[in-house]
Amino acid sequence: MMNKSSGPPPTADTDAVRAAGLTAVRGSRTVLRDLGFVVPRGRITGLLGPSGCGKSTLMRAIVGTQAKVSGTLDVLGRPAGHPDLRARIGYVTQHPSVYDDLTVRQNLDYFAAILDPGRAAAARRRDAVSRVVADVDLADHAGALAGNLSGGQRSRVSLAVALLGTPELLVLDEPTVGLDPVLRRDLWNLFHDIAATRGTALLVSSHVMDEAERCHRLLLMRGGRILAEDTPDALRTRTGTATVEAAFLHLVDEAAAAGHAKETAR
Amino acid sequence: MSTLPAPAPTGALSPSRAMATASRVLRQLRHDPRTIALMLLVPCLMLVLLRYVFDGSPHTFDDIGASLLGIFPLITMFLVTSIATLRERTSGTLERLLAMPMGKGDLIAGYALAFGAVAVVQSALATGLALWFLGLDVTGSPWLLLLVALLDALLGTALGLFVSAFAASEFQAVQFMPAVIFPQLLLCGLFAPRSSMQPVLDGISDVLPMSYAVDGMNEVLRHTDMTATFVRDVLIVAGCALLVLALGAATLKRRTP
Repeated sequence: MMNKSSGPPPTADTDAVRAAGLTAVRGSRTVLRDLGFVVPRGRITGLLGPSGCGKSTLMRAIVGTQAKVSGTLDVLGRPAGHPDLRARIGYVTQHPSVYDDLTVRQNLDYFAAILDPGRAAAARRRDAVSRVVADVDLADHAGALAGNLSGGQRSRVSLAVALLGTPELLVLDEPTVGLDPVLRRDLWNLFHDIAATRGTALLVSSHVMDEAERCHRLLLMRGGRILAEDTPDALRTRTGTATVEAAFLHLVDEAAAAGHAKETAR
Repeated sequence: MSTLPAPAPTGALSPSRAMATASRVLRQLRHDPRTIALMLLVPCLMLVLLRYVFDGSPHTFDDIGASLLGIFPLITMFLVTSIATLRERTSGTLERLLAMPMGKGDLIAGYALAFGAVAVVQSALATGLALWFLGLDVTGSPWLLLLVALLDALLGTALGLFVSAFAASEFQAVQFMPAVIFPQLLLCGLFAPRSSMQPVLDGISDVLPMSYAVDGMNEVLRHTDMTATFVRDVLIVAGCALLVLALGAATLKRRTP
């Protein structure tokens, strides 16, 4: 594979996100502790870990909406949160952030007008809206109020908004939660297509380990730290396990044992 | 495959983003016809009620009616805006917009434009009803009444935007109505002339914007021309609205804990 976690430090061109010493504090709690990782372009990077391990905070830090972040965090060649990045990143929050009292198309029309404003861009916006509606398979519901849709449909509206501007980096916080297997497969195919044809970097979080197999690379997180950063194959081989879930558990035990050893040595 | 071009700059105010936001807010309202009906009809019903409560003393109706024409838009827009922006904050759409190339000023301007438009309709209905059907006796031009009503509505929108930053739920947001509006209502000169109040209260009423909204209405009620006092009142209300809108923009944070 081309993405080994060891090896020479990659250049800014091949990596959409590079983090070093990344720490985030929420209230009195340190949610992210001294993280270092990369998210390469044209690949799907899975961010996996149990609920509450800091996945969403990490994503918000990359998008630039998280306060009290320290350390180095370069996104598309700029420090995270730089105004230039706002049109270049697509971000889907865990809870669908769309207007329930607007139809699917009205939601998309509005967000498209924010990304690409002006009367002159109207035709381009219409094309973009039709494209993303088809991408998330909501063409039959384009005229329905978002508030009347099912949970899975609403999260697809939210995803469609993120796809509008053909962003260079897509940050998706649990985009497939609550979807049926067929839709999940279709969305993962869409993600792979986006990564391959547009060279987009995707960072997709999940607390379901079986989604890991669909990613090119994985960041395994626990308790605000990154346990491992590697390809699914390499993780399984290194830990001598059959599944990513087993590899994760192996790494958790290993970390606990190492921590214990450190304690007793003290 | 269609692609959107390089992003437009986000620093300066973008009229098209503000207009897009205004039409989005109005579209949301259009899906809620009951709210529109309540916003437009309740002030009219209150005026009719007031007219017949003071059936025996038409002068009292003139005084209070004119003041209320300024107060209704302020209260309605305050309530609607505080809830609408609170929803925007809690539904995550605000975070999404601020992560996009959206200027804070554009968002605020969009809300002000949308609710300003609703306020024009509301005030026109209420003013027309009061003047031509309820016999409200106004010396000055009805257009000046409408102007004050519109500025009051903007002030209400501004206050609503501002306080929504301090409300964590709809329950809290509606409680800001009595907290922010009622003291102004008591001190604005509607119930007793401001000069006859206890001096401390008189002093407080001098720094509350609603006092000038009501003063402005009363100037139109009594004088044929635009008086210097009227101009002062209008400028103070407009200035307060802009100041509070700016404060409201400052409460929109791109980075949140």
